Amino acid sequence: MLLIHCPYCDETLPEMEFAYAGEAHVARPVDPSRTTDEEWRDHLFVRSNTRGPHAERWRHVHGCARFFNAVRDTVTDRVLATYPAGSPRPDLPGKDTP
Amino acid sequence: MTRFSAAALVRNALNGQTGWTAQWPDAEPKGAYDVVIVGAGGHGLGAAYYLAKEHGITNVAVIEKGWLGGGNTGRNTTIIRSNYLYDESARLYDHALDLWEGLSQELNYNVMFSRRGVMMLAHNVHDVQSFQRHVHANRLNGVDNRWLTSAEAKDHCPPLNISADARYPVLGAALQKRAGTARHDAVAWGYARAAAARGVDIVQNCPVTAIRRGADGAVEGVETARGLIRAKKVAVSAAGHTSVLMDTAGVRMPLESFPLQALVSEPVKPCFPGVVMSNAVHAYMSQSDKGELVIGSGTDQYTSYSKRGGLPLIEHTLAAICEIFPIFSRMRMLRKWGGTVDVTPDRSAILGTTPVPGLYVNCGWGTGGFKATPGAAHTLAHTVARGEPHAINAPFTLDRFRTGRLIDEAAAAAVAH
Repeated sequence: MLLIHCPYCDETLPEMEFAYAGEAHVARPVDPSRTTDEEWRDHLFVRSNTRGPHAERWRHVHGCARFFNAVRDTVTDRVLATYPAGSPRPDLPGKDTP
Repeated sequence: MTRFSAAALVRNALNGQTGWTAQWPDAEPKGAYDVVIVGAGGHGLGAAYYLAKEHGITNVAVIEKGWLGGGNTGRNTTIIRSNYLYDESARLYDHALDLWEGLSQELNYNVMFSRRGVMMLAHNVHDVQSFQRHVHANRLNGVDNRWLTSAEAKDHCPPLNISADARYPVLGAALQKRAGTARHDAVAWGYARAAAARGVDIVQNCPVTAIRRGADGAVEGVETARGLIRAKKVAVSAAGHTSVLMDTAGVRMPLESFPLQALVSEPVKPCFPGVVMSNAVHAYMSQSDKGELVIGSGTDQYTSYSKRGGLPLIEHTLAAICEIFPIFSRMRMLRKWGGTVDVTPDRSAILGTTPVPGLYVNCGWGTGGFKATPGAAHTLAHTVARGEPHAINAPFTLDRFRTGRLIDEAAAAAVAH
């Protein structure tokens, strides 16, 4: 079971309080009418699927109900950091190791 | 390799079991092959077998990072069915089912394929309408599937709770009688033995670290823990790690890897016929030939390569199982495990060519790859040998995520594929 720290409630709580909401920092195309099929494919369907530290969205559904981001190592399942939605991904040591 | 037969059994019974030989050699990799297949699961080994048998390509290596059949082939709940909604899926999975039926004879290896039936429970009006639509679509495609009333469902599976005040009332069910289960390890071993007998090298404990491309962009081979292995054709059949591997060839995949868990109970006497699935509550169950109740559910909610999942999911699944089959509420669970499944956005596989010349991929089977094993392997071998799609795998392109021509089983089945 994951233990996740909600940055708004400032509490570390079990996974059951939260809903996973996919990869974080996926930017929507700025000008949809000029976006090519390849760009739409990348935006809609292609994800980094990182093996290692992965930035992802979570929602504290059974708490404050707000979205936030987390960096979690997808090999160990340890949550390395959580931060409010809209903030940049924090620089963690060794975050790019596969 | 000794051919298995009644005569061989008798001969070895009389000579003290001394006549058996190793089923396949553990090969050292050569420097180059015509085809390298990454991943010695059922899909990869099967593709090697069909390459050798149907296309005469025997200079083939199957490279495996761990042990043979130790990935999702050895971790699934062995359900085989073909009652998919869309024409493309029905053709692919029914092709696999056709091959399953003759597989033990074909491989001279008992894969214990058992047509014990797969029954899907409808718990609400939406389920009833959706499953009846599936039944009709399946019949139009020549795929066996029939509608049962709740009494007929209970008749088929006596442990089922169909009382009106049940937490998950059973309003009916769809039954595919031709569906069933097989022995998962035996599928990998049978294909390995039959492929090795035709000259295929099976290399275990040899992680592929990268796919190497030449100056012209075409595949040159794979870099492994035991050095470079050259091949003009490489087929990736690496399940949950496909996107990691394809990244090294510069191909980004529409895949996400999730943990999928399963568990078994202590073994008990035969008490549970066939496979019963409940898509609405994410739980399915069958009884193995050893007597264990084999229980599975949907994936965990987050991506992971940990090969572990969270306990909340197991708790949810078992709560549903106890509601649907109250007689099992005091069963003790023996063990649980997890695998890493690669899931596509439309929940259909990707099977065929890639933008890289000489690079082929077989992935995205999500939670339901085992049932497709012979069909995926057979059509992948065709595609690798000819460099073009097989009629059956042609719709399952990587390019469909660009064109929008999705095969949206995600909407059709939603869960428990």
